[in-house]
Order: sequence, then structure tokens, then C-alpha cells
Amino acid sequence: MKTIGSKFFARAAFALASLALAAFATPAFAALEIKLDQGVAQPIPIAITEFLGANARDQQTASQIAGVVRGDLERSGLFQPLDPRSFIEKVTNFGAIPRFADWRGIRAQGLVTGQATLLPDGQLKVDFRLWDIFGEQQMVGLTFSTTAENWRRLGHLIADAIYERLTGEKGYFDTRIVFVSESGPKIKRRYRLSIMDQDGANPSFLTGGEFIVLSPRFSPTTQAITYMSYERTTPSVFVFDLQTGQREVIGQYAGMTFAPRFTPDGNRVVFSYSRDNNVDVYVADLRSRRPVRLTQDPGIDTSPSFAPDGSRVVFNSDRGGSPQLYVMNADGSGQMRISPPGQGRYTTPVWSPRGDLIAFTKQAGQTFAIGVMRPDGSGERILTQSFSDEGPTWSPNGRVILFTRTTPGRGGVGGGSTIWSIDLTGKNERKVITPGEASDPAWSPLNR
Amino acid sequence: MLRGATTFKLALVVVAASLLAACSSTKEEAPAPVVTAPTSSIKPGSADDFRVNVGDTVFFDTDAHSIRSDAQTVLQKQAAWLKQYPAAKLMLEGHCDERGTREYNLALGDRRAYAVKEFLVSLGVDAARLQTKSYGKERPVCSESDDSCWQQNRRGFSVIAAGAGS
Repeated sequence: MKTIGSKFFARAAFALASLALAAFATPAFAALEIKLDQGVAQPIPIAITEFLGANARDQQTASQIAGVVRGDLERSGLFQPLDPRSFIEKVTNFGAIPRFADWRGIRAQGLVTGQATLLPDGQLKVDFRLWDIFGEQQMVGLTFSTTAENWRRLGHLIADAIYERLTGEKGYFDTRIVFVSESGPKIKRRYRLSIMDQDGANPSFLTGGEFIVLSPRFSPTTQAITYMSYERTTPSVFVFDLQTGQREVIGQYAGMTFAPRFTPDGNRVVFSYSRDNNVDVYVADLRSRRPVRLTQDPGIDTSPSFAPDGSRVVFNSDRGGSPQLYVMNADGSGQMRISPPGQGRYTTPVWSPRGDLIAFTKQAGQTFAIGVMRPDGSGERILTQSFSDEGPTWSPNGRVILFTRTTPGRGGVGGGSTIWSIDLTGKNERKVITPGEASDPAWSPLNR
Repeated sequence: MLRGATTFKLALVVVAASLLAACSSTKEEAPAPVVTAPTSSIKPGSADDFRVNVGDTVFFDTDAHSIRSDAQTVLQKQAAWLKQYPAAKLMLEGHCDERGTREYNLALGDRRAYAVKEFLVSLGVDAARLQTKSYGKERPVCSESDDSCWQQNRRGFSVIAAGAGS
């Protein structure tokens, strides 16, 4: 893993153009579509050809980009990329209409073709098309261009375009994940703030591991992360600027500040502050730094998360005797419990970016589970369960959840944490690739 | 755990010395063995004195922060020691077991540290000599996932932050 350089985070410029074949410009009916709410019983077979390149160098970049697209679509659980060795038609001309019968012959429902061109000025241009094999028509045709070093992002943008066209929802592949890298024995664990692409590529450390860092979360509007750090005597909430590499405490507080999250406008951070032996929820403007107290209860009030419209906050409180979920208005008024009685202990609520659901950790009996419920507490569904699953984070389209899974320590073995993903339907549970043990994932908004 | 290992090593030295003594009784020229008492090297008022002779750890019940009677005994000794060494200051750490989520445990550890502080203050210790810090579940002393380890990890740990004799 390389250490952060500010150049790494320089914003890439992307150009986008639409490709249209006259005969296929307006599809009247598309046979190939995915209904996300039911989940897919069988992933859709899709043929992603090796993208074309005019010379050896272009060809190598082209096939690497196709590999990124294949990986993204496969991991989503919605698609089954077919083995290129099974292809009957060898696509050699990007402009030609495919032989649909050949693709039907190998059960492909979708076909992705593309070509990559490295331009003399260092720009990389990639054209791609998505074909509906049964409808015999082009569904998407786009051209992306950017600097050559951003070739992986072009792959993610193509995967996003395919996902969006086939599901009707925004993709989430051109995103990053911030998390805590963990290493060393449990009794002397080393924690480093880390960031990587959604598919595990380009990992880098943001802190050196000299002190504990926890609970990083992305800004919804800027290239910044808020997190909690032990680098001062009093553990405190910080903001890390990804473009400059600078970190700054959010204000001077007499006690511990923790559990931070940005507000949806990105201008404030909501967090917990321990003051005079009482943990309450506060929100502070990042410019004036003036904190506003939202809860007054003598219980523990923590893990606040704003609704995407900014009107309400869900949080965790043990004011009723055990940790449960509560919702309040943005000014702290109207606090009411939403988690059902007698069901277990509910913590770490996170409001979905779509606003319709709240994800949480539920502890019942000997297991920890990740679940979702509506903001009024109804419709609880448990998605995953293990010895220890905790800390959900949403993909920007609200369809996928990442969380931390920790195995039990037995005889000096185990006890480590890894990051997992689960679809909102409860299907497609997978381990996320990280450079080592990892915890506290937080998904970025869509890159822009 | 470290403490256990140290005590064990000291005990070995004593046993070895005793064996030497037993052997030496048959040999006139052997020097008389010098057996050092394990605690004699610990200077009164030092961090070691606090750790070994007073006790730096108190334990809590699951998801609780009330001071148990076994903890009261330890904290009474801590308060008496602090009275004897008025320059000493403590950092009171609050820790949790792994059976809770990260952020909730930070708050619970905070409560435990405060509970220790309030108990010491009730015994006459100046609050200005006591700082608190929660580590949640991030700094366990025992890494097995069983009841015994979880109990060891649900603790208040008092560390000399300043003013200890060396």
C-alpha cells in the first residue's frame, strides 16, 4: 500500500459523449431489464468482450478496462459475466452490428463491446456499447475520455452506465471506501485510516498507525473525511482533507468527542460529546465551530445519522435501559423511539441515502446482525448475522450495505475483522478485498 | 498478563536460590545465598508500588458501570495511596468487552472511567488529580472470545499520569 500523496486525490476531468447508431437510436422495447426490488434469483448472463485497441499498448489498456467492468458487474451479484473463451463471434469491428444469433447461442442476454485509444496528448478515449441480445438493439453507446492514469475509473464508469441502463438506478462502482486498517495482536492493535477504490484497487494509508483512529465517514459534498482519533490526550473528532492531506480537530472540547458524521449539506458534523459524565448528541458548523446540543438525556446518546433531506436525525440511546434507536427532528425536538420493544439491542443506525430505510446493528442472544427498518421502526428485515457483524454503511444508491465482521478469538487464533458486503435483498453476501484486516467501512458518494 | 509473568520469574529466582542454599549446606566454601524479597526493589510512591501493592484494575459487570464491592476495596486502597502521595495524578481508563458495537462501547467505557473517578472523589481525592479516557473495546487485555476474557476486559484501569516517584 502506498502512502498518500495529494496528487493521488487530484480531481480527474472526464468527458462524456453519446454514441448512437442511427438504426438503433430509440429502443421501443428492451427485453433486458432487472427489477432490483425482488433481487435476482439467477444473475443475468452477460458477455463482456475484450475491448479493442489499435496497437499493442491500446489493446492492453482496453482489455484491462474490460476486466474492471467484468469484476464490477460480477461482484454486484446481478450479472454473470460469461467466459470469453465460450464466445462464438470474435468482435473485431466496434462499429459493426453483432451477430445476435451467435450470442443467443451461448445464452448471453447482454453484450458489451468497446475500444480504447490512447491519444497523443496523453488522454485516453474509450467507446463502449451495450447490446440487448434478444431485443437485437443497442441499449447504451457512450464515449468517455480522461487522462490515461485514470483507466480504472473509466472501467467503473462503464460498469455504472450498464448497471444504470439495466436496473433503472444509479450505479455505485465509481466510488471509494474509507476504512480502518487493523494489524497486530488484539491486545496491541494498530489502526490506520485507509482509503481504496470500491473494488479494492489503489489502497493507501492516510495515517501512520501511531494512535487509534476509528469511525471514518465521507463528506457528501467535498473531498473530506471525518473520524475520531486518539492523537490528543482527549480523543477527538477530526476532519481530514483528502486533497491537501491536512487534518484538523473540529473544535476544543473538555471531554471526548466521537461518532462523527457529516450533515447532508456537508457544512456541519453531528457527533457525540462526553461532558460532565453525560454523552449527548451535538452538531457543529465547520466554519464557526459553534456546537449546538441536540439531546439532554442523562443516558448515552450516540451514533447520530441525518436523513438525506436534513430534516431528522436517527441516533442510539440507552435512556430506556438498553441501547435502542430513536429519531428526532434536526433541532433536537420530538425525540421518539423507533426500534421495537423486547427484540434486542439496537445500535449504529445509518439513514439510507434514499431516505426510505435505516440500517442498524442488532444484538440478540449470542449474535450480532445487520438489518434495516423503515424510519418509523416498521418492516424490520435482518440481512446478515454472525458472531459479530456491526457498523453498516450504504452504497450511494442505497442498494448495497458494507459492514464489519469479526470472528471469535479461540486459542489465540481468530478475532480479526474484515469488511463484507450484502445486497439490500439479503442476497450476495461477500467479503470485500482489503489489503489486510479492516473495519469501519464508509462508502463515498458517487465520484464526480 | 505481563504482571503474572514477572511474578513467576521472581518466584523462579527464589526457588533457584533455595536449591543453591540446600546444596551449599554440604559445601563449606560456598557463599551464603542472597535471597531478595520480590517487592523490596519497589520504591514506595512509585508507579510499581501503585501497580503491585495497591492494585490498578477494577472490574465491571456486563453493560454496567456501577462500582462493585470488590472494586470498592481496590479503589479505597487507591484513594489512601493518593492521600499518601499528593503529587500523583491518575489517568482513569474505561474499557469494555467485545460484545457491543464500537461507538456504544466508547460511551460505556467513558461511563466506567467516570464511575471510578466519582468513587475516588467521594473518598476525598481531588477531582483535579483525576483524568478519564475511554478506550471502548479497542484495548483488551485478553483476546479469547469467552466469559473469562470478557470479564477481564470490562475494567477500569488506573495509570499514574504524573507525580510518581521513580
